[in-house]
Amino acid sequence: MSRPSRRSSESVHSVRDCTPTLELCHVVRDFPGHRAVDRISLQLEPGGFYSLLGPSGCGKTTTLRLIGGFETPDAGEILLNGIGVGSLKPWQRNVSTVFQNYALFPHLTALGNIEFGLRERGAANFRQAAKDALALVQLSDKASRYPAQLSGGEKQRVALARSIVLQPQLLLLDEPLAALDPKLRAQMRGELKAMQRQTGITFLLVTHDQEEALSLSDKLAVMNRGRIEQFGTPEDVYLRPATPFVAGFIGDVNWFGSAGVRPESIRVTTAAVAGPRSCPASVESTLFLGNCTQVHAKFASGVQVVSRLTPASAARFAPGENVFIQWDEADELHFE
Amino acid sequence: MRSRWLAVYSGALLAFLHAPLLVLIVFSFNASRFTVWEGFSLRWYGAAVNDPQLSESLVNSLIIAGVSSVLATLIGTLAAYAIWRRAAPVFSGSLYLSLITPEIVSGVSLLALFQWFFRFAHLKLGMYTVVIAHVAFSLAYVAIVISARLKSYDRSLEEAALDLGATEWRAFRKVTLPFLAPAVAAAFLLALVVSFDDYVITSLVAGVDSETLPMVIYAMARRGVSPVVNAVSSLILIAFGGIILISQRLQRQ
Amino acid sequence: MNLRRWFLLPARVWMALSFAAPLAFVCGYAFLTRGDFGGVDRPWTLESFARLADPIYLGILWRSVWIAAAATASCVLLGFPLALFIARAGKRRNLYLQLVLLPFWTSFLVRTYAWLFILRETGLVNTILMGLHVIHSPIQLLYNDGAVLLGLVYNFLPFFVLPLYATLEKMDPLLLEAAADLGAKPRRVLWRVIVPLSAPGIAAGSVLVFIPCLGAYLTPDLLGGGKSIMLGNLIQNQFTTSRDWPFGSAASIVLMLTGALLLSALLRSRAARELL
Repeated sequence: MSRPSRRSSESVHSVRDCTPTLELCHVVRDFPGHRAVDRISLQLEPGGFYSLLGPSGCGKTTTLRLIGGFETPDAGEILLNGIGVGSLKPWQRNVSTVFQNYALFPHLTALGNIEFGLRERGAANFRQAAKDALALVQLSDKASRYPAQLSGGEKQRVALARSIVLQPQLLLLDEPLAALDPKLRAQMRGELKAMQRQTGITFLLVTHDQEEALSLSDKLAVMNRGRIEQFGTPEDVYLRPATPFVAGFIGDVNWFGSAGVRPESIRVTTAAVAGPRSCPASVESTLFLGNCTQVHAKFASGVQVVSRLTPASAARFAPGENVFIQWDEADELHFE
Repeated sequence: MRSRWLAVYSGALLAFLHAPLLVLIVFSFNASRFTVWEGFSLRWYGAAVNDPQLSESLVNSLIIAGVSSVLATLIGTLAAYAIWRRAAPVFSGSLYLSLITPEIVSGVSLLALFQWFFRFAHLKLGMYTVVIAHVAFSLAYVAIVISARLKSYDRSLEEAALDLGATEWRAFRKVTLPFLAPAVAAAFLLALVVSFDDYVITSLVAGVDSETLPMVIYAMARRGVSPVVNAVSSLILIAFGGIILISQRLQRQ
Repeated sequence: MNLRRWFLLPARVWMALSFAAPLAFVCGYAFLTRGDFGGVDRPWTLESFARLADPIYLGILWRSVWIAAAATASCVLLGFPLALFIARAGKRRNLYLQLVLLPFWTSFLVRTYAWLFILRETGLVNTILMGLHVIHSPIQLLYNDGAVLLGLVYNFLPFFVLPLYATLEKMDPLLLEAAADLGAKPRRVLWRVIVPLSAPGIAAGSVLVFIPCLGAYLTPDLLGGGKSIMLGNLIQNQFTTSRDWPFGSAASIVLMLTGALLLSALLRSRAARELL
């Protein structure tokens, strides 16, 4: 999988001597009837790009709202640069949020929206700073447009500029790309990453899109049912998932007893190979996906297996054909 | 803290909206003629019931309100339906204009028209002039209630009826009207209250034989202290409150 | 045959004869001369309008505008927090709206009379104050501008609260969070986000209060006595005791035109587009 060059995981760890930008210690948030956030602990180092990844309802947005100050934790501590902020109001915290639907003020122009926070902080030359921020997101020519006159991508950039201009210690992004169409989403993903590197601000992105989280993050936290199941680099999380949930949520898994194998680690051959990791099966169907072909096969026991092959190597398999399914021990995922 | 202050303030303001009416009701049961509480008594209600002027004007008010609200509901419902079928901007505009025209202007202008007409016809002001005036200002209320209901009406229902061979009139009778029924009832009750309550226009266009209850209450209130007015007012408040609650419930159906 | 046309016909005829025609008559009368025994006579003249410029009548006009403006301002100040509270009340919204509307739908006359009962010399306020020995003889609470103002605010407050509530209720709560997130304290959020965004509701509510207050008749009549005369009372007077129909008609036209102008301004503004 090719990915834009990124700081290695070591460089993120090398700043450990500094105080973490954000530290969550056993944070709990209860809603009537269920626990949205369940004893979460997390440390974000300065200047990193982090993601909270999980299915809807896993507590990731609540976690973001706790950090932003829109919710108060029922237990645990939230530290920003080593200082407890759990009881501080949103306007007292040096974090900023880019909201899912941007929450741009409809009665203010693009420039007015960006100036909003600067004026609240009594910045002396707020006009110039806002113009600079608008230039940073390449919207200088849209300064006097109102949100209703901006496209989805432009609104997104104004929302980003509005937060970045305040130079927060931590920028929170709540599904910022979810409202964009797929093509624009890919482009904005690149811009987001560039913006983070350019400003050096710590980003914490909330998303349910695994591809987004994998491609953007230095480290990501996978959440499920209010808990963090794993916190690690994209490679860690994908190649060495800590729990079956993480393995299943990030990518597909074939389960053989307690061992899981990724579809791309499964080989399909016509001839048997000696060893325990080779089983006869029959091809059920093949699915051409462009960059790969997915082969669905079924063991005699009725268990289904999925393999992902290059289109060229999959071309020789037809439905009903008897084949052998093989994988390496090294590719097996094992869990406690 | 802040939202608590807002709640306290809002509670106080809501209390302010209701307190004068509650005070009036409480003191209508006061045995004393004066504003000092001397014990519970129904004597002012007794006096009100036995007052011939009050009962006469009540009968007048009931006749006027009954006739004008039936007419206004009938005409207004048909008009609202017609507007819903296709917009009639001038007519709708005149309805809205009638809502914001100061009552005193509506009243004197009707009076001017009637007086001009009487120069040719040997008629004089009476109950029928009041009914004409009341229907005029009730129409807008009826049309608004019916139009609100029609907003949630699916056009295709009526089209389906037409498609199945019903005439326009039968489609209206058998499909649309049953759907509108609760709103029609609500509009009728609203028109009843609006008509029964009117003083300003009524006082200008009523004849000597058609004095309404609000006119008598007004005269008594101007004359000075009479707890009988409190008793009558309380009865009106309770009756109106009940009718309006029923009307609003019907509108939400 | 068109059913729709038949359905609209009775209402059209009724509105034409009992609303439009009378107004046309008043418009015509305003340019005529007062008849010897009441009524109107020729010649056509602008004299009635000229008389409105008389200092006495200008004073009444000015007083009407002033009282209506004061009542509107009071409704804005009193009603804004209430509308905000109701918009934020969650499930109880409908209950609170009912509480605002119920007294409004009950008899206008009785509501005004209730204040007469409370404020008059032997009324509740004076009785209580005397019972507490705060005062020794009754004070005159009625028959002044303040009493009229109180009555108008009391009667027309719901006209302001309802349209404002409608705009506040539609406001995206995320915008308030965004403002707080950008560093605005609650009071600043109020001024920089909530108030500007609810401007259409404030404008609509203000016009809906100002127009009926300007043409108020019953409230100044009962609570203002003869002392606090407003435009509505002037018109009534010209058509009854003074029997000067042309002059009363001219005053009516001024009143109608003011209301119509304000309303058309409102309908053309952003407020109408957002509320209707």
